[in-house]
Amino acid sequence: MKRTVAILLLSILFLTSCGPASSSETASDSPAVYIENKGSDTIVNLALAWAEKYQSDHPNIRISVTGGGSGTGIASLVNGTVDIANASRQIKPEEIDDAKSNGIEPVEHMIARDAIAVIVNPENPVHELTLQQISDIYSGKIANWQEVGGEDRPIVRLSRETNSGTHVYFLETVLRLGSKEDKTLFSTDTLLLPSSEGIIAEVRQNPNAIGYDGLGYVPKDLKTIAIAEQEGGAYVLPSIPTVNDKTYPIARDLYMYTDGEPSGVIKEYLDWILSLEAQEIVAELGFVPVK
Amino acid sequence: MEKSLNWREFFITRLIKASGYSAILFVALIFFFLMREGLPTLGEVELSSLLGSRWYPIEDYFGILPLITGSIIITFGAALIAVPFGIGTAIYISEIAPRWMREILKPLVELLGGLPSVVLGFLGFLVLAPFLRVFLDLPTGLTALAGSLLLGGIAVPTVVSVAEDALDAVPRAYREGAWALGATRWQTIWRVTLPAAKSGVLTAVMLGIGRAIGETMTVMMVTGNAPVLAIKLGSIFSPVRTMTATIAAEMGEVANGSTHYHVLFFIGMVLFLISMGVNIAASSVVFRAKKRAERILS
Repeated sequence: MKRTVAILLLSILFLTSCGPASSSETASDSPAVYIENKGSDTIVNLALAWAEKYQSDHPNIRISVTGGGSGTGIASLVNGTVDIANASRQIKPEEIDDAKSNGIEPVEHMIARDAIAVIVNPENPVHELTLQQISDIYSGKIANWQEVGGEDRPIVRLSRETNSGTHVYFLETVLRLGSKEDKTLFSTDTLLLPSSEGIIAEVRQNPNAIGYDGLGYVPKDLKTIAIAEQEGGAYVLPSIPTVNDKTYPIARDLYMYTDGEPSGVIKEYLDWILSLEAQEIVAELGFVPVK
Repeated sequence: MEKSLNWREFFITRLIKASGYSAILFVALIFFFLMREGLPTLGEVELSSLLGSRWYPIEDYFGILPLITGSIIITFGAALIAVPFGIGTAIYISEIAPRWMREILKPLVELLGGLPSVVLGFLGFLVLAPFLRVFLDLPTGLTALAGSLLLGGIAVPTVVSVAEDALDAVPRAYREGAWALGATRWQTIWRVTLPAAKSGVLTAVMLGIGRAIGETMTVMMVTGNAPVLAIKLGSIFSPVRTMTATIAAEMGEVANGSTHYHVLFFIGMVLFLISMGVNIAASSVVFRAKKRAERILS
């Protein structure tokens, strides 16, 4: 009995003592540098594509990319657990305060542009809407497709969850038409789906549905709505030229945040992201290049 | 030798006792943690707005009533499905099915119970919800009904396996006595076996309901998550948002210690209290039934 206890104790000692030693060994064996990159689900595919390309050119650098939402990314930066936070919105003053109280200085880098496409089922005859009409649909003032020139069908509103940067951007730019005083809210029966894929799958099979998503995520088999900023204005479909010349009204800048001015490998990575080579990837994924 | 046996005995009984008490300790610790993180809500949000009907946390609307009604309507619907199906299946397996059938059915039901809920949610989202929309001519299939159907399916295996054990534990002499008095098979099941296994069957129902109310992933995928106040009869056909889905969807994003964070823990507290209430109600019914049985027997 006593012997078993002794062996057990010894083995525990042995295990605990060899654990950290072995991990430090592997770290010194390979000179890999790790970059943690986390945040906006809008940016995650783009960030992954960048990371893949960059890693294949720089084999000693390992970039781990995760999504979770802009809020999640910035929160991780504030907690000091990531090197680069991706955000599809600008950092909020409260978040800057939180960061400063943790001794972290968020620095902003604009890395690409994104347009939000409003999508409907291909069976839906509606093909153009004004911003005001979309606002009224999502706030619940318009509840039937007939009121905007479609068939007599109820409107099913789809949105991302409230922790998504796309949700906040859509609320501010479309529902409230960019006005700070406007306190319009989403209609309570708006479906809040946890992912882009959820919205696309529901729009694909439901002719009553209207949804919105980043231009880069909209598949070809769904119908994208042309949007006019004002009643009587030109209806514009989202595309790279219309976003860059600012005629398409629902477009925004995408950001990466670092703690302080970046240096070393992180600076090299961010500089590369703004290079022509990296910005080509932006266009390939349906986003809009900065240059 | 004698001494070491005593020592071993002492050690093992203490160990068993400690693991028994640890359950109480863990529940107490969890509740204490929920209280510590959730109670500050009452100081930060006024009670009238906490009991409001608008849930939109990024603009400080913290009305939790839609979430509570959402959870209740889905759980109620799931219970309506799981209780009759679960008890019916348990009766069939334990009382009616021939031996070979039982040997196929029991492992199958247990396999169903082990199915990951995210898989069911995925099926529900891609198959069940579109089917419901077309079949019932609803605006969308992502409704409380879809959630109830799936949760009912998730709770059935729990109900079946616990209820079947309870029915199995009823002494054979009871059934033989009933048959000897000329009771039919159905009369035996309904009047003798089921009442004798009552407390176990009730436990099965409660565990099933507990499983349904705590389920998160499936409901998040199929109920549409719209925070609508679900108090009308037709609410079962509208999208709803449950307490569990709200916590799961929003916890990842909130800043530690913010009002939103405290409210999410407050919702956790409400959820904890509801499932504790269900358990206490169930055990008090079982306790009363036992008392009565003792009186009759004495």
